[in-house]
Amino acid sequence: MADYDVPKLNGEGYVEIPTIKPDAMAGKGPYIAKPDFQKALHFPSDFQADEQGKFELVPDWKERALAKLDDLRHRYRSLQLYLDICVKCGACTDKCHYYLGTQDPKNMPVARQDLMRKVYRRYFTFAGKHFPKLVGAVDLTEEVIDDWYNYYHQCSQCRRCSVYCPYGIDTAEVSMAAREILDHIGRGSKYNNEIIGKVFKVGNNLGLPQPALADTLEGLEEDVEADTGIKVRFPLDEEGAEVLLVTPSADFFAEPHVDGLMGYAKVFHEAGISWTLSSYASEGANFGLFIGSYENMRRIALRIREAAIKLKVKRIVFGECGHAWRVAYSFLNTLAGPFDFLDPKYPVPQHILEVTWGLIQDGKLTIDKTQNDDKVLTFHDSCNVARGSRMGDKPGGQFEYPRNVIKAVCNHFVDMPADTIHDATYCCGGGGGLLTDDLMELRIKGAQPRMEALKYVTEQQGVTHMAAICAICKSQFTKVIPYYGFKMDQIVSVHQLVSKALVLQRQVSVQARPDEDDDDDEDDNDDA
Amino acid sequence: MTFVSILYGLLFWAATLVLVGGVGRRIYFYLQIPVPLKIPTTPAPITQSGVVWRMFREVVFFQSLFRANKYTWLFAFIFHMALWLVLLRHTRYFMEVGAFLSFIQPFGKYASFAMVFGLAGLLARRILVDRVRYISAPSDFLMLALLIAIGLSGILMSFVASTDIVMVKGFFRGLMTFDFHPLPASPILLLHLLLVAILMLVFPISKLMHAPGVFLSPTRNQVDNPREKRHISQWALELEQQQKTYLDEVKNG
Repeated sequence: MADYDVPKLNGEGYVEIPTIKPDAMAGKGPYIAKPDFQKALHFPSDFQADEQGKFELVPDWKERALAKLDDLRHRYRSLQLYLDICVKCGACTDKCHYYLGTQDPKNMPVARQDLMRKVYRRYFTFAGKHFPKLVGAVDLTEEVIDDWYNYYHQCSQCRRCSVYCPYGIDTAEVSMAAREILDHIGRGSKYNNEIIGKVFKVGNNLGLPQPALADTLEGLEEDVEADTGIKVRFPLDEEGAEVLLVTPSADFFAEPHVDGLMGYAKVFHEAGISWTLSSYASEGANFGLFIGSYENMRRIALRIREAAIKLKVKRIVFGECGHAWRVAYSFLNTLAGPFDFLDPKYPVPQHILEVTWGLIQDGKLTIDKTQNDDKVLTFHDSCNVARGSRMGDKPGGQFEYPRNVIKAVCNHFVDMPADTIHDATYCCGGGGGLLTDDLMELRIKGAQPRMEALKYVTEQQGVTHMAAICAICKSQFTKVIPYYGFKMDQIVSVHQLVSKALVLQRQVSVQARPDEDDDDDEDDNDDA
Repeated sequence: MTFVSILYGLLFWAATLVLVGGVGRRIYFYLQIPVPLKIPTTPAPITQSGVVWRMFREVVFFQSLFRANKYTWLFAFIFHMALWLVLLRHTRYFMEVGAFLSFIQPFGKYASFAMVFGLAGLLARRILVDRVRYISAPSDFLMLALLIAIGLSGILMSFVASTDIVMVKGFFRGLMTFDFHPLPASPILLLHLLLVAILMLVFPISKLMHAPGVFLSPTRNQVDNPREKRHISQWALELEQQQKTYLDEVKNG
């Protein structure tokens, strides 16, 4: 582990509100995306690196930035309204995990918004044009752009601040707009934009092509068969399946994500639901959200529609992924609907937990809870699920479904302190397009509030494992919790727990392998 | 009829015009701006009547603020509720005093103390809490100072140096019928009215727009039903109908 300044945990369950430490997180921000990456996303690419390798801004960057800000405030009521109506009451100032972990006042939600609000006031309001000092308006300079780039990439767009704001001002709306503006002047983030490029080119964030994916899934089938003696299918591109499963690509190989994927497969198998993954839309994540680009977000989302049509499925189900579920639940119908070609009996899309909890309630799954008796579980509500989506047909179902499923497959479950769960949940510290190694210090510090809560239940109630339903949360935690003295494998997928406790009764999958339809053994035909 | 009375008459006509026209225009401007995505902060109501109830709790009880910070909530709640009482009481300068106005008269009078107390608490937070001090611009302090000065000058007239309120009423009722009547020559009254006029004038171009703004906030006023009902904005529909991926490829019709 590299050397970082890791916050000390106090064992109280929550972080003491720190005094401000200006410029504690001053810096350059994450790596900047090359012009090629920008071009792939239809962003301006007329900029280049100077002799030292530092990227310049596009020509006329100031005019172009202001023009984009003007465009966006006429396109998004949220942005225009939120820039205008903040009264600086301070309710949000201690709500951001990055402020709590870093003490940098620019990580207070209102101060983060102010980075843009000050510029907005200077160029677009009466008071700011004529009395800039009075209302704290500033000129748009290169230093301001640097501050934007740095601090708008210290926001995970988790929306915790919007819960507490008396007007519901959502910093995520501002930070997304800021990233959209930055993308138009040569300041895209390499991590996000390179990944989106891979989705367009290959189909998923990891750049995993179809043959590699098919190979991986075959390996998983073998693993499950070795483990259970039953051929549980992991179908890819199988036309006519009932369900199209869209899941974050980390589920294909990362730990503990892949254990969750095995859980979904077993649930489908046991319930006799035919399903398939799509190599064309082999990614649940939609990083278009993180960069605030409606157009790129829609372009990514449309792949799912196309895959569903091509594979002639009846339902679309999403795997465990936080922001993917926000985009799916809240935006998919907007971006890629209407989905009138799917079975109207089911909501579009469904969360895998809605499927599993429904089957458990209907008594369709045989569960042996004692299989998880070696663990005492707690559950981390993912921010995008908690504050930007729902499960089931009642408000707050997004909190009940995962807990219900965990309690149905485990005997020991306790919640973390109330200020850190449900819609008050803290971000894992790596969401919103920040899950990159060049932001490691921020990720460690941003995890502090969740780590405090976890430590508390660990010490007070003997919790051994924390379950999550988000690929980013899982990746972030497995990487970061060792710094706080926990072990990587204490993070589990919810469907990993399901997988462990589910007793497979169905001996033969309802879905035959396509190559087994005509002949039993055609292994020689494998692509060489 | 004094010069000052005419000046104040004109000032209040102008201030009223700016307040009503400015706020109305601003609200219209907000309403014209699309809301391309469903972004209610969840858990959110799944029906329109649920949204009304959520908004009611928000604007009457300041529910979110209560969850956020008990001190800020206390001072803000006291200030706003007292302000309502004070405003209601002031309607007696514009209309006949009926049973209701007679009833709330004493409450409205003493609410002025609560109002100034709440404002003082908010000001103290702004000065004493390092986080709130950091985010405060001069205009944030000035706004509180303005409201406190309005409150204090009002208290002075109610409890210390009373002014001829029959004349004040005559002046304002006269303004409503385009008929000038003189104001009493009381410096405190003139100061009080000047500050109120300034407040009315800056309302539409300041953060005071939070009052109508909260009703338009998508995170609070949207119904959580994206799977059941397709939400789409005009510009996004344009993109879709012209089968384009990017907005700069769209032809404007």
